[in-house]
Amino acid sequence: MWSSPGRRVITAWIVLSVVATPIVAFVVGPLFPPGNGSAQAAEQVFDNTWMAAIVTPVICLLVVFFAYALTQFRHTGGELLDGPPLRDDPQVRMWWIGLTSVTVLFLAAFGTYELLQNGSGGGQGPKPIAIPKGNKIPVQVIAQQWQFTYRYPTYGGVETPQLVLPADTYIELHVTSLDAIHSFWAYELGVKADANPGVDNIAYVKTRGPRTFHVRCAELCGLWHGYMFDNGRVVPMSRFTAWIKSQQRDFAPIAKYLPKYATVYYPDPQRRAG
Amino acid sequence: MRTATGLKLLGVLVGVAVAGVLIGLYVDKLSRDAGSPSYTVPVTTQGGHKVVDLTIETVAAVGPQLSPEHPDYVSYLIRNTKGMWERRTVWRLPANATVHVTIYNFDGASGLRNPLYARPQGVDGNVMTVDGKTLNVIPPDDASHTFAVPAYGLVVPIAPVADDAKNQCGYAPCAMSMAHRTIKFTFHTGKAGHFRWQCFVPCAAGWIDGFGGPMQTIGYMDGFLNVE
Repeated sequence: MWSSPGRRVITAWIVLSVVATPIVAFVVGPLFPPGNGSAQAAEQVFDNTWMAAIVTPVICLLVVFFAYALTQFRHTGGELLDGPPLRDDPQVRMWWIGLTSVTVLFLAAFGTYELLQNGSGGGQGPKPIAIPKGNKIPVQVIAQQWQFTYRYPTYGGVETPQLVLPADTYIELHVTSLDAIHSFWAYELGVKADANPGVDNIAYVKTRGPRTFHVRCAELCGLWHGYMFDNGRVVPMSRFTAWIKSQQRDFAPIAKYLPKYATVYYPDPQRRAG
Repeated sequence: MRTATGLKLLGVLVGVAVAGVLIGLYVDKLSRDAGSPSYTVPVTTQGGHKVVDLTIETVAAVGPQLSPEHPDYVSYLIRNTKGMWERRTVWRLPANATVHVTIYNFDGASGLRNPLYARPQGVDGNVMTVDGKTLNVIPPDDASHTFAVPAYGLVVPIAPVADDAKNQCGYAPCAMSMAHRTIKFTFHTGKAGHFRWQCFVPCAAGWIDGFGGPMQTIGYMDGFLNVE
């Protein structure tokens, strides 16, 4: 069935895959981003590890074949002639179609299952279909050129430029924008959700222990897009409670001017805006 | 023959290296000044502590004298040591210093898209004075501009000149006898760094969302604090 080069390539591929796949799955995989800053982030690391482990044999095959072709199929002198004619091999063809189909279908099913668990930290739009069970604290993320601000509807609708979240708590993020298209990316929490004007984009995240995390805009949004970043904090519930009270006190003067909490806003102060 | 080839190769390598260095210096200058020459704000020392007086103004139109290419752009200006107004928005400030800011606003109201920015934040006492009166908030729809340094958590709303005020300034330079508001506040620089500042009011007339043109151009409604 196999010619001699074919046997050598297959043998080298199997050996390399047997060595490389466990290394990727158990050594490299746990180091993948975004880390374990939240349940969703940890799930993303798990998913990325699985997918990397599955794709490792495929990459090994490409590497082995490429290396073999480069080193063995070289013209070493004499007259340059065409190689032997290519011929079809139904058995190889069926194996190829079968293996690649199973791999792709498995990855599609695996990815869909994982997404449906709790949304995996992604924005699900105004009507999410992957809703985790249990109590959640809603936090609204308001994007504008060029800063994110945050409203806490269960704490009197206070708005603040800081993002502080209680530890070990499910958070329901409502992401929207007041002007251009932005994208809320809390990297270490594994959360990424588009911020579109007039849209309530909902994402879920379950925080873990106290930590700081980075918030960035992930959608090119104008001059200061590159500066649209900040640090957020996950703190114990007791500290969160104290912090939210301090924010209510600090921003009390503006409270009467804030619009009533809503999932989206259509601000209209622009006497000049065209 | 070989010597000539080697010299050519050496020439190419040197040329590439020199070009790389020049490009690097140019990019560095661009990132620091961003098209607006930096202005070093004079520093005084009080009791061993660095103190800066930063005097700036906001105008509805910068005028042909200060910006021949965009005379109708709304803009910030800074007053230099000779008392002249310059259109420079990249300012060099000392680290760990107290900065007393005075803003003369010659512009009318535009209104804030997010009312949150009508509350002074990140300044001493979270208050400002407007024409000598201490305020901790202004009506968001009255905001003419804001001076904001997000990395410092600093936002100060700027009260407007009334729509029916007499002797309004059409375009800069504006005489101090013309209608204006005076806003004062104090903040503190920390460690050295490169911090952007901006206006949060959509005050760019005629542009999409009021955030185009001068709102997206260093040298008008945006700039840097180069804290050194």
